Amino acid sequence: MSFYFVQFLSGLAAAATLFLVSSGLTIVFGVTRIVNFAHGSFYMLGAYMGWSLIERWGTTPLGFWGGVALASLAVGLLGALMEVGLLRRLYRSPELFQLLATFGVVLVVQDVASAAWGAEDLLGRRAPGLKGSVDILDQPFPLYDLVLIGLGPVVLGLLWLLFNRTRWGTLVRAATQDREMAAALGVDPARLFTGVLFLGSALAGLGGALQVPREAVTLHMDMAIVVEAFVVVVVGGMGSLTGAFVASLLIGQLQAFGILVFPQITLVLVFLFMAVVLVIRPYGLLGRAEDAPPTAASPGPPLVLAAGLGRWAPALLLAVLALVPLVAGDYALIVLTEVVILALVAASLHLLIGLGGLVSFGHAAYFGLGAYGAALMVKHLAAPMPLALAAAPLLAGVGALIAGWFCVRRSGLYFAMLTLAFAQIAWSVVFQWYGVTGGDNGILGVWPPGWASGKAAYYWLTLALAGGALLLLRRAAFAPFGYTLRAGRDSALRAEAVGIDVRRHQWLAFALAGSAAGLAGGLYAFAKGSVFPTLMAVPVSVDALVMVLMGGIQTLSGPVVGAAVFHLLETQAMSLTDWWRLGLGLIIVVLVLAFPKGIAGFARDLWLRRAER
Amino acid sequence: MSRPQNSKLVVENLQRAFGGVKAVRGVSFSLAAGEVLALIGPNGAGKSTCFNLLNGQLRPDAGTVRLDGVDLVGLPPRKIWRLGVGRTFQITATFASMTVAENVQMVFLSRARRLLGLWTPAAGAFRDEAQSLLERVGMGAQADRPCGVLAYGDLKRVELAMALAGDPKILLMDEPTAGMAPGERQDLMALTSSLVRERGLAVLFTEHDMDVVFGHATRIIVLDRGQLIAEGPPDAVRADPRVQAVYLGSPA
Repeated sequence: MSFYFVQFLSGLAAAATLFLVSSGLTIVFGVTRIVNFAHGSFYMLGAYMGWSLIERWGTTPLGFWGGVALASLAVGLLGALMEVGLLRRLYRSPELFQLLATFGVVLVVQDVASAAWGAEDLLGRRAPGLKGSVDILDQPFPLYDLVLIGLGPVVLGLLWLLFNRTRWGTLVRAATQDREMAAALGVDPARLFTGVLFLGSALAGLGGALQVPREAVTLHMDMAIVVEAFVVVVVGGMGSLTGAFVASLLIGQLQAFGILVFPQITLVLVFLFMAVVLVIRPYGLLGRAEDAPPTAASPGPPLVLAAGLGRWAPALLLAVLALVPLVAGDYALIVLTEVVILALVAASLHLLIGLGGLVSFGHAAYFGLGAYGAALMVKHLAAPMPLALAAAPLLAGVGALIAGWFCVRRSGLYFAMLTLAFAQIAWSVVFQWYGVTGGDNGILGVWPPGWASGKAAYYWLTLALAGGALLLLRRAAFAPFGYTLRAGRDSALRAEAVGIDVRRHQWLAFALAGSAAGLAGGLYAFAKGSVFPTLMAVPVSVDALVMVLMGGIQTLSGPVVGAAVFHLLETQAMSLTDWWRLGLGLIIVVLVLAFPKGIAGFARDLWLRRAER
Repeated sequence: MSRPQNSKLVVENLQRAFGGVKAVRGVSFSLAAGEVLALIGPNGAGKSTCFNLLNGQLRPDAGTVRLDGVDLVGLPPRKIWRLGVGRTFQITATFASMTVAENVQMVFLSRARRLLGLWTPAAGAFRDEAQSLLERVGMGAQADRPCGVLAYGDLKRVELAMALAGDPKILLMDEPTAGMAPGERQDLMALTSSLVRERGLAVLFTEHDMDVVFGHATRIIVLDRGQLIAEGPPDAVRADPRVQAVYLGSPA
C-alpha cells in the first residue's frame, strides 16, 4: 500500500514539471495561435543555464533558488527576442510557416547548446537543504520532489491571479478570445505577444532549471518534453490553463502507474490516452469548440495544368534523371536515390497538407511501416524483393486506413496531434515488440538481389517505382479525386451541401498518401539494407513537414523541390561542417522570412511576374 | 391552409431549441413545384434555423420534413441534396481555390458520382454543361476567374449555378440577394422566377428586402419568434394586421 502511495507522489512530482512546461505552451498558443516547437528548446536552455548557475552559486539556498529564477528570466528574454526578431514578421503568413520557423529555432538551439555545454550529459548539484528524503508510510521519498509537488498548484494560483486580477492578464484573455476585437479596442497585439512569449518561455525555462537536481541535462531534452507538453495541452484543451493542470496530473499518474501495470507498452500509453480522450472529447477535457485550430493555408490560386512545354516538364525531368547514371559516380547515385525516395514521401504528405488542408505530424509512421513491411517479409518469410516491395505500400496502407479512420474525425491541430499519436504508437510497437521487429537493433540484411544490387540498377528501379507513384499523385491532384479533396478543404459546408462525403474522402486520401509513403519506405529499406525504429520517430515526420513547407504547399512541384533541397543541404552540410544543425536551422529561418510561399511558390510568382511584363 | 395536390415538400410541426431558447416552435408549411415561397420575419425569428433544419445541417427536436413522401429528418446534408434539395447560403460558400467553372463542374462530378477518379483530369469534365449554366446566370464571361477574387454579388450567382447543377426539385435560398445593388437584386430574382417556370422548380427563400419579396414571391409565410403567424399570397400578407404589428410594432 505504502509503495503505491509513494508511486502516486512521484507521479505528482512529474506532473508539476509537466504542468510548468505545458502551461507556457498553452498560454503562447492561446494568444498567438502559434504552435511553438521551440518551447522544448527553451525548456532545455533553462536546464543548461540552471545547471551553470547552480554549479557556481548553488551551494546556498539563496544561490540555488536565485540561479533557478535567473535561468527562467533569461529564457523568458530569449522567448521575447524570438517574438520580436522572428515571429512578429510571420503573423500574416500561414500558421504552418510559424511552426516551421520555430522548428528552425529548435535546430539552432541544439547546436548552440552543444557548443556551449558540450555533448556529455551533465549531472547537477542537488538543492541545498533539500538533499535528503523523508519517510512517508515507511517509504523514503525525496524532499525536493515534495517541494515540486507543492509548486504546481502555487504556479497555477499565481497564473490565475495574473490573468484574472491584473489589467495585463485581462488584455491577454481578451486577445485569446478575439484577436481582431482586442486590436480594434486599441490593444497593441505586438507588445502583448512579446509579453506572452516572455511569460511562456520563462515557464518552460523554470521547468527546465527545476529539473537539474532530478535528472541529467542532455541535448535530447527538447524534443522529448515538447511532444509530451503538446499531449498535455491537447488533452487539457488548447489554451486552457486549468485543463493543462488536470491533464498534467492525469498523465503524471498514468506514467507512474503505467510502468507497473503495463511495462510492455509504457511508451505508447500516453498517446493511447490522448487518442481516447480526443475521440470522446473532441476539444480536450476543458477546451471549447470555438477555439479554431490552425489551418494549413489560405486556399491559394487554382491549380493549372501547365500548357505547352511545361506540360511535359515532369516527364522531361524523369528522362533527365534516368540518364544521370551515365555520368555520375556511386556516391552521387546513392544521394540521388534517397532524394527520389524522399520526394515521394514529401509529395504524399503534400497530398494531405496542400490539397486536403490536413496537417499530419505523423507521416513517418507510414514511411516506417512500409520499410518494416518489406524488411519483415525478407526476415521472416525470406520473400524476394518484388514481393517485399509490394508488401510495403500494403502494410502502410492498412495502417493508414486504421489510423485515418480516427484522425479525419477531427480537424486542424487536433488532427495533427492524432496523427502524431498514431505515429508514436506505431513507433513504440516496433520499438518494444522485440521478438518480431528486433526492437532498437532493427532488422539487418535487407539487400536487393543481384540484378538490382548495383547502385545504378537500384537507382533506376527506384526512379521507375517512385517516379511512377509521383506521376500518379500528380495525376490524382488534377483528377476529380484531388479536386474533391480541395473542395472539402476550401469549404466543407459547401462540399457537404453538394453531395460530397468530406470525411470519407479525406480518409481515402489518408490511405492513399500512407501507401505512397509506404512504397517509399520499402524502397528506402532496400537502399539502406536495414531498418530501425527511428524511421518512424518524430524527427522524420518533422523532416517531411519541413520539406513540404520549404518547397511550398501551393504548387505540386513544391514538395519535390523541397525534398531535394532539404536532403542535399542535410547530407552536404553534414559532411562539410559539424554545425549543420545551426546552418540548416538558419537556412529554414531565412527561407521562411524571405520566401513565405516556399521555393517553388517563389519561383512561380517570379515566372508569372515576368510573363506579365 | 391551402394544400396543393402536387405538393413536393411538406413540413409539419418542426421544432428546434438551443438550450432554453426555442428557435423554431411548431412550424408547418408545404411547397409545390412552380412556387416561389418567401419566408420572412424580423431578425431572430428563426428563418436560418428553419433552413438548416430543412437541408439537414441541424436535426429537428420534433416534426417531419417530407419530400415526395420521403422523410428527410436525420439524413445528412449530402443525402438530402441527392434527394433533390439544393441550397445557397446566407454567407456565400464556394470553393475559393477553384475557378468559377470548376466550382460548377465539381457539382456535376458529384452528381455523376465520379469523385474518386485518379487519372482523367477534372478540368474537361462537364465543362460545356457548366458553361451553359454560367451563361444562364450571367457569369459566362467570368468562367475562368478564380472564385476567390469575385465580387460578392457574383459569388451569389455562382452559388445559384452550383445549386442548379445539382438539378434540384427544391431550391433553398438563404438571403439570395444580400450584398447586391438594388438593380442586381431584381435581376437575380427575375432570373430565379424564370428558372422556376422553365425547370418546374420550387423555391423557398428568405429575404430582408421587401421589394424583392413582394415583387417575386408567389406566396409568403411569416415567421415571428419561431412560429408562423401568417401565410398567403403577397397582397393578403401585406394587409394582415399581425404582420404589420410584427414589422411596425403593435400599439399595445
